[in-house]
Amino acid sequence: MGIHNSDDSSAATTFVIKNPTIKFTKLFINGEFVDSISGKTFETIDPRTGDVITRIAEGDKEDVDLAVKAARVAFDHGPWPRLPGAARARIMMKFADLIEENVEELAALETIDAGKLLSMTKARDIPHAASILRYYAGAADKIHGEVLKMSRELHGYTLQEPIGVVGQIIPWNYPTVMFFLKVSPALAAGCTIIIKPAEQTPLTALYYAHLAKLAGIPDGVLNVVNGLGSGAGAAISSHMDIDAVSFTGSTEVGRKILQAAAASNLKVVSLELGGKSPLIIFNDADVDIAADLALLGFLYNKGEVCVASSRVYVQEGIYEELVKKLVEKAKAWVVGDPFDPKVQQGPQIDKTQYEKVLSYIEHGKREGATLLTGGKSLGRKGYFIEPTIFTDVKEEMLIAKDEIFGPVMALAKFKTIEEAIKRANNTRYGLAAGIVTKDLNVANTVSRSIRAGTIWINCYFAFDNDVPFGGYKMSGFGKDYGLESLHKYLQVKSVVTPLYNTPWL
Amino acid sequence: MESNSNQSSVSFVKIPTIKFTKLFINGEFVDAVSGKTFETIDPRTGEMIARVAEGDKEDVDLAVKAARQAFDHGPWPRLPGSARARIMMKFADLIEENVEELAVLDTIDAGKLFSMGKAIDIPMAAKNLRYYAGAADKIHGEVLKMSREFHAYTLREPIGVAGLIIPWNFPSAMLMCKVSPALAAGCTMVVKPAEQTPLSALYFAHLAKLAGIPDGVLNVINGYGPKAGAAITSHMDIDAVSFTGSTEVGRKVMQAAATSNLKVVSLELGGKSPLIIFDDADVDMAAQLAIFGILFNKGEVCVSSSRVYVQEGLYEELVKKLVEKAKAWVVGDPFDPKVQQGPQIDKKQFDKILSYIEHGKREGATLLTGGKPLDGKGYYIEPTIFSEIKEEMLIAKEEIFGPVLGLAKFKTVEEAIKRANSTRYGLAAGIVTKDINVANTVSRSIRAGSIWINCYAALDFDCPFSGYKMSGFGSSLGLEALDIYLKVKSVVTPLFNTPWL
Repeated sequence: MGIHNSDDSSAATTFVIKNPTIKFTKLFINGEFVDSISGKTFETIDPRTGDVITRIAEGDKEDVDLAVKAARVAFDHGPWPRLPGAARARIMMKFADLIEENVEELAALETIDAGKLLSMTKARDIPHAASILRYYAGAADKIHGEVLKMSRELHGYTLQEPIGVVGQIIPWNYPTVMFFLKVSPALAAGCTIIIKPAEQTPLTALYYAHLAKLAGIPDGVLNVVNGLGSGAGAAISSHMDIDAVSFTGSTEVGRKILQAAAASNLKVVSLELGGKSPLIIFNDADVDIAADLALLGFLYNKGEVCVASSRVYVQEGIYEELVKKLVEKAKAWVVGDPFDPKVQQGPQIDKTQYEKVLSYIEHGKREGATLLTGGKSLGRKGYFIEPTIFTDVKEEMLIAKDEIFGPVMALAKFKTIEEAIKRANNTRYGLAAGIVTKDLNVANTVSRSIRAGTIWINCYFAFDNDVPFGGYKMSGFGKDYGLESLHKYLQVKSVVTPLYNTPWL
Repeated sequence: MESNSNQSSVSFVKIPTIKFTKLFINGEFVDAVSGKTFETIDPRTGEMIARVAEGDKEDVDLAVKAARQAFDHGPWPRLPGSARARIMMKFADLIEENVEELAVLDTIDAGKLFSMGKAIDIPMAAKNLRYYAGAADKIHGEVLKMSREFHAYTLREPIGVAGLIIPWNFPSAMLMCKVSPALAAGCTMVVKPAEQTPLSALYFAHLAKLAGIPDGVLNVINGYGPKAGAAITSHMDIDAVSFTGSTEVGRKVMQAAATSNLKVVSLELGGKSPLIIFDDADVDMAAQLAIFGILFNKGEVCVSSSRVYVQEGLYEELVKKLVEKAKAWVVGDPFDPKVQQGPQIDKKQFDKILSYIEHGKREGATLLTGGKPLDGKGYYIEPTIFSEIKEEMLIAKEEIFGPVLGLAKFKTVEEAIKRANSTRYGLAAGIVTKDINVANTVSRSIRAGSIWINCYAALDFDCPFSGYKMSGFGSSLGLEALDIYLKVKSVVTPLFNTPWL
C-alpha cells in the first residue's frame, strides 16, 4: 500500500535536517529590522506537526504607515527611481547572486514554514527566484516610451514612469517565488515597495530583506511588514499614499482589496486570484504522458497551486485506461515529511486549509461523485491528506465549482470536443487550462476556445519568465511574469509640443 | 461686454425634430420595460427638449443578453479585423454625412457651441472610428523567448461584453472614443450616455445599424447613473467597464465591480490641471492658451487648466491680457456664430459653480473679473478669474467644471513644480516656455498623464490619454486604449527536436 507514512522513527533520524535557526523575525522598515510599534508578535506554525516554529513581529496599520513614509521618501527623493536602469540592474543581479549563495538555508526555511518539499525548494523555488530577479534586471534599461504619429504639426511622445509606492500582498503557497514575481518588476521599474507576506509564511521574506540590503538596495526601497490580512493587509489596500497594489490570493480577499482601493485613493489594482482549471485529455493522447500530467496537475505542491488542474475531462476512448493509471499513481504517491527526499507530498499549509479540504471531500461524497482513491486525512500529527480522486463529477457539484486547494481531483468523461469546451468554460474562473492531444487542429481550436489566461498543450505548469501569466474572468486581471507585468508598476505620460517648420510629420 | 443673446435664439438654426428617443437594444429602438421616460433639458432656457425612454436594470439585462449572444455566437468578434474595419469606416462616413444634425443635437442638449460641434466634435468622432478601424487588423500577440524547449505565444483576445458610461461634456466625442476601440477589438457593448445628454447617442446607434454593425453589438441604454449605470457596473455578465466622469462616481464604479464579478475597470476622472507660464513665454500665446484652457467648452472639460501659475516677471502683463480677453469673451446662445461660450449643462452644475465662486470670494482670493451669472433664462455664467489662490483653498483643490480660473504668482521652477503637484489629481498640465531645459525638467517632474508644452489640450488619436493619481487609470486614445478591451492569453507547448530556442 502506497501512502508512505514517513515518521517511522528509524527512517526519521536518517534524513531529518535540524530545524534551521530563525535569524530574522522582526519587521524590515527603512533598511532596519524593527519590532512592531505595538510590540505584538504572532506564531508561525510547522505544518508537519502543528507546533510553533517561532514568533514573528506582527505589523499593523502604524507599521504600514512607517513603511509607506520610508518608501515615499525613497521614491520622491531617494536614488532608486533616479538611477539608470542598468544601475538598478547591477544591484538586482547582486541580489540574485546572494540568493544563490544561500539556497540551502532559504530552502529549509521555506520547507518548514510552508510544508513544501525540500528537494523542490532547493532545486526549483529558490533558484527560480534568482532567475526572476535577473530577468527583470535585464529589462530595467529597456523600458521604452514611444514617439507618436500625430495628425497635425505636433511632436508627441510617451514616457513610462514608475508609478510610485506599491503595496504587494503575497500568498503562502510559493512564498519565495511570489515574493520575487512581485518585487522584481517593481524594482526594475524604479518603484519602492511595501510587501506583506502571508501570515502563514513570514520567514523567507525577512531573509530576502536582509540580502536585499547586502546587495545594495537602498533603505526604504524594499520594506517587509509581516502581519494579518485584516491588519497590515487592509492598511495597505486602503492606504492613501500607496499608488498601486498587487495581490495574489483568494477571490474573496481580492474583492476586499478592490473595494478598499475604491474607497481610499483609487489606487491601481492587479489581482491574481483562484482557479478551477480544466485539463482536457483527448483520445489520441499518449496515456502515460496524460496520466503524469494529470497527476502532477493536482498533486504538485500538495495541490496548493492556483493553476492546479483540479478538473480533468477525459475523452471516452481513453477513459478506462487513463483512470486505471491515475489511480495506481495516486495510490503510490508518497505523503510525508517534506524534508525526506523520498516524499512527494508534504502537509497542507495549516489547520484551516486542512479542515477545508477535508470538508470538500465530504461534500464530494455526499454530492454523489464516485470516490476512486484517498478521501481521508492520514490521521497523524500535522495536516496530511491522502491524494483523492473523484469521478463522475458534474459542474454543478461544489467540488467542481469551488477551488479546493488541496490534493483532490474531479474527473469526468466526455464525448465530443464541443462538449469538452463547454464544460471547461463552465466556471467563473479562467486562470489556466491544459490540453493533451497530438492533433494540431484540436490543439488550435480548443486553445482558442477556452476562456483562460494560460493554455498548456501537452504540458502543464510550463511557466517561463517571458510568458505573461494572469487570469480571465474572476481569476483576476493584470499579469505576473513577462514584460507585461511591468505595466502594473509604470504610468504612461504623454508629452506634446508644437512643431514649427517641420519637413514632415 | 457679454452679449446676452438668449432672445435671438429663434433666428438661429431651426431645432430639428428629435428622431430617436427610445432605447436601442439588439438592433431595435424599444421602449423601456417599465415604460418610463425622462426629460432632457435645453440649458439655454431650462426647458424640456424631449422625453426619452428611461432604462433601468431590466433594460440593461436585456441589452447584456443581446450583447452576450452577439459576442459568444455572433459574427462580430469572429470577423477578420479588416472586415470590422470596413464597417467602422462606413459608420464614419455616415457620421460625416450627418454632421449638422448631430451637432445640433449636442448643442441643444449640452449647450455646446454649434460651430465647434460641426468643426471639431462630430468630425473627431468619425476620425476616432477611422483610427481604430485601421488598428483592428493589427492586434498582435507575441512569440516569447523561452528558457527551455517550449513554443509559447500570446493571443490578444476580445474581453467580451463591455459597459461604457459616457459623460455629458462631449457626448459625441466621448461616445466614439469608447465605442471605437471596443469595436475594433471585437467586443460587444452596452453604452449608457449621461442623463443630461441622451440624444446624439441614439442617432449614432441608428447610423451604426445603417453601417452594418450587427444587432446586439452596440446597445444604447439611456437612464440615470444610480439605476442604469449601477446596473451596468454591478452586472455579473459584463466583462469590463470604462467610465469617464467624476471621481466620486468613479469610486462607486470600482466598488460595484469589486462586489459583483471583479470586472476590469478603466476610469477617466476629474482634474485640477495646472498651466505653468514662465518668464520667457510669449505673453500673447500664453494668455491665449490660458483663456482657451479654462473657457473652452464653458470650462466643462476634464483637462481644463483651472490653475494657472505665472512667473513673477511676466505676471502683471499676462494678467492684464487675461482679464481683457475674459471681459471680451462672448457668452450667449451657442447657435450664434459670434458666441464663444454657451450655457453650463444644467441647473445643478450652474448652482455648484456659483457656489464655488462664492467660496472663492470668502476664502480671500482676489476676484479680477466676472463672478456672477448672466440675467435671464438658462445657465449662463460670466468668465471668472480669481488671483492669489493658495493650494489649500477650495477653489484651488476641487474641480469646479466651469468658467472659473484660479491664478497665482511664482518665483522659481521648484516652487512651480511643487505647487503644480500639490493635488490628488493628475490628469494633465501645461508648460509655457521657450527654454528646452525648463520644458524637459518640468514635464518630467509633474505627476500627470498628459503634458502640453506651448500648447494645451492637444489631443490626438495616436497619443494615449490617461490620468495619474486620483484622476484615474486606463488609457483613452492611442493604441493603449485597446488594452482594456482585450485579454492576453499565453499558449505554451513543448518542442521536440528543435534546432534552437
